[in-house]
Amino acid sequence: MAEQANPIISIRGLTKTYKGGHQALKGIDLDIQQGEILALLGPNGAGKTTLISTICGLVKPSTGSVTVGGYDIVTDYRKTRHLIGLVPQELTLGAFDLVADTVRFSRGLFGLPPNEEKIDEILTDLSLMDKKDAMVNRLSGGMKRRVLIAKALAHEPRVLFLDEPTAGVDVELRKDMWKLVEKLRQSGVTIILTTHYIEEAEEIADRVGVISDGKLLVIDEKSNLMDTLGKKQLMVDLRTPITQLPSQLSEFDLVLSMDGHRLTYTFDTQGEQTGITALLQAVSEAGLGLKDLNTSQSSLEDIFVNLVHKEQ
Amino acid sequence: MNTEAVKAIYFNEMRRTRKTLMQSIASPVISTVLYFVVFGSAIGSRIQSVEGVDYGSFIVPGLIMLSLLTQSISNASFGIFFPKFTGTIYEIMSAPISFFEILIGFVGAAATKSLIIGVIILLTASFFVELRIAHPFWMMTFLILTCISFSLFGFIIGLWADNFEKLQLIPLLVITPLVFLGGSFYSVSMLPEFWQKVTLLNPVLYLISGFRWSFFEVSDVSVMASFITIMGFLALCLVIVGVMFKTGYKLKQ
Repeated sequence: MAEQANPIISIRGLTKTYKGGHQALKGIDLDIQQGEILALLGPNGAGKTTLISTICGLVKPSTGSVTVGGYDIVTDYRKTRHLIGLVPQELTLGAFDLVADTVRFSRGLFGLPPNEEKIDEILTDLSLMDKKDAMVNRLSGGMKRRVLIAKALAHEPRVLFLDEPTAGVDVELRKDMWKLVEKLRQSGVTIILTTHYIEEAEEIADRVGVISDGKLLVIDEKSNLMDTLGKKQLMVDLRTPITQLPSQLSEFDLVLSMDGHRLTYTFDTQGEQTGITALLQAVSEAGLGLKDLNTSQSSLEDIFVNLVHKEQ
Repeated sequence: MNTEAVKAIYFNEMRRTRKTLMQSIASPVISTVLYFVVFGSAIGSRIQSVEGVDYGSFIVPGLIMLSLLTQSISNASFGIFFPKFTGTIYEIMSAPISFFEILIGFVGAAATKSLIIGVIILLTASFFVELRIAHPFWMMTFLILTCISFSLFGFIIGLWADNFEKLQLIPLLVITPLVFLGGSFYSVSMLPEFWQKVTLLNPVLYLISGFRWSFFEVSDVSVMASFITIMGFLALCLVIVGVMFKTGYKLKQ
């Protein structure tokens, strides 16, 4: 996805310093394209929620600007907020409300006239129809999460923010949720989710941004990110174990396993020369018999851990 | 103007009342009945009349004011405090709605509830004593203005309070004493001269006096003074709310 002319969300030089002096955002620049799924990764306290809260209007930006659909979030807040649906991290629901009531309330709050069909459609999508008249505080955590999503979708937003959507969620709901996210994406809804579970980003996101200490360390398409920052490893299993590396192999970056059966070679996929051919040649020159060859690619998790570590 | 949002907040609050009907409506009625039994019948039977009005009838306006003030404040303060406490306020804060619209929704609902309670107490009272309303228009004016201004005051308290103690602080320590010492159950002329003067500093006295005048045409202070007091209080609350609005007080970080 190359830079398009009109991103749905455009963030420029955004900073946020809380009253206590804590600087949660240290100059974020980010364009989010219409219809993409963007995952924001980062450790706890990285500034993910602050970033989302600022775009949604819960937190006042200190400096910088944000536009949603071309409108400024401060001066044109009615227009921008109408475009946005937010599913918060915490399970915050009025304890004594009925499911349908609280979803209707959300729709009204965002300025739309009542529409029972739409409410039913949303509840059906989230498998909540049979809980329509249930009291919210009688629901399980997973069900409450669904209600929060239903509320966020009640006004048919163009952008959906999911703040840690799968915290404390079972496998079934996770699957349902990704199905829904896919369905929403197909209808053109832009989805931004924060998470510290990397598998989540790996599973559904088009682009991944890594936030740490209030800064956006990197943002790229998932596949690019894995290509550029990922490392590959070649595992060479030996027929007979060795106790130390033969001299022919000393110039390679190799790790010998404890039992002497396996050599692990780490290489950069972006490098001019991976060195694999030379390595294999050297192995045969050293007279070592090969039993098996394996390669593995680092996951998004490794990339993420690397990035955040480097930063700290 | 996001009228759908105002409606949503208003009816959501009214729905909350319906669900807690006993607490919201029945409890003020019961306490009023108790006041009538204790003050109207038990004690009142030994008091002939106050300023030419039968004592049982005399206390009705004060009793209504007592409930109106406490109910307006508690309804409105709780209405905005509770979402802050549970965290559901996030939704209101992220909605395309202005502070003013939020205010109309919450304060409107709280004032409506108080008004309903006021009318119910009035009806309840009419079963116990003979009531005569000399100036229905002024009676309703005082009733509505009191409901609105004290609901507004409650909203301010609810915004300001960040724990349950603060939520109760002003109603308990300020409002209740002012109401009891504001001539709910007596005429100021029954007090010693020194305390009469002190009582004149109590704004609630002016509210009760004006309201009582609309029933029986007897009052401790002039009706105009009462009217100015309630309008002044309303204006004061509006100014405070206006300042809160400008600064995003305690709602936005």
